[in-house]
Amino acid sequence: MLPHLDSAHNLARWLVGNEQDAEDAVQDSYLRALTYFDSFHGEDGRAWLLAIVRHTCYAQLRKKVQHGLQHSEALAASLELEMVEDHSPDPEALALRNSSRIAIERALAQLPPEFREALVLREMEGMSYREIARITDVPVGTVMSRLARGRKRLQDMLTAKVRKETT
Amino acid sequence: MNCREVEPLLGAYLDGELDLLHSLDIEAHLGRCELCAKSLEELRQTGFAVSAAPRYRASKQLRARLVHPASEQRRVFAPVNLRWAAVAAGFLLAAVTVWKFVPPPDQATGRMERSVVDNHVRSLLANHLLDVQSADRQTIQPWFSGKLDYAPEVEDISAHGFRLLGGRLDYLEGRPVAALVYQRAQHVVNVFVWPATGQPDRPAQAHSVEGYQVVGWRAKGMNWWAVSDLSPASLEEMPLCPCFMPPHPALQARNLRNIIRPASD
Repeated sequence: MLPHLDSAHNLARWLVGNEQDAEDAVQDSYLRALTYFDSFHGEDGRAWLLAIVRHTCYAQLRKKVQHGLQHSEALAASLELEMVEDHSPDPEALALRNSSRIAIERALAQLPPEFREALVLREMEGMSYREIARITDVPVGTVMSRLARGRKRLQDMLTAKVRKETT
Repeated sequence: MNCREVEPLLGAYLDGELDLLHSLDIEAHLGRCELCAKSLEELRQTGFAVSAAPRYRASKQLRARLVHPASEQRRVFAPVNLRWAAVAAGFLLAAVTVWKFVPPPDQATGRMERSVVDNHVRSLLANHLLDVQSADRQTIQPWFSGKLDYAPEVEDISAHGFRLLGGRLDYLEGRPVAALVYQRAQHVVNVFVWPATGQPDRPAQAHSVEGYQVVGWRAKGMNWWAVSDLSPASLEEMPLCPCFMPPHPALQARNLRNIIRPASD
């Protein structure tokens, strides 16, 4: 299952927001995967593994929220510093397409996790709606609506940033 | 269809998740509605934006700990490393189980598949994926014919989501072969092609080797091997492969019913 390690790590990193927690989550997930390997009868090992990773991340996040730390706030705050230095020499030329990596990263980090995970799985991992539905344990219709709403919010955040910079 | 019906389906249309009939309806609407065409373009750009965000790969340390947990434990002795010992034991057990109870399907094919996977992994590890970098098959094909005693057929299948990155010379079955490199989302697909002198055509056979998907077939006098860490379903969507079939209409209809079911979010 090691070929899926990058996918597992990427999902974890986007869900929990920092490297240390992501590595912990991946480590726990592989342990769990081994423990429950007997229960795996499907064909798509990647979806099965990512479902475990997702489950582990959410458990980790729930623990953190109990300690009063909102992960998406923390994730956004960790990027805040870099944002200050993100001055484009030509703000007018900034369009959605050319939004800086940092701006996109930050906007994505601010999305609610259920929208973020759908976008990460779709746009970065190239998964089908059916695979995403299997991983996130919701109907395909929900995947579609989460993707639509996630994209819309992201669009609004990125274009609002462009407007702010151009005025 | 009117704008109100089209709008919620635009994302699924863009992602290629709609059936032919709805796709055609939407295309007809897009042809006459500038507003929806603009929305679609914005969606497309948002998709590009997200794929520009970093894909966090696992660090070398994490990978090393998962692959060689024992050496890690020797270096740093801490209770937490017992977990890695458990992972190691688990992998060993799984490996032994697979080795003992799953007979190799065919010695010759098994060996070939492993070579293909080895070459694929090497191409990614050694940072030597491409010798010629181009999305233009007119550039790649002549490049190969200068290096090999045959010219592989290079197809542009970007419409199906497989972007052509370029080509590379590789070595298989004791001879230099052409490797065509495609990318789907962030996943690399290596396609190895070389002449199958005097051998009959062979239908595609898919196998999973060490978590990689390998599909091999023989057609038009050539050996073809495609390998990737894509899911089996995604690799079979590659139209080069004779196993590629447009999705069955019934499947599409079922998928659509799922899609248009009101979201319980």
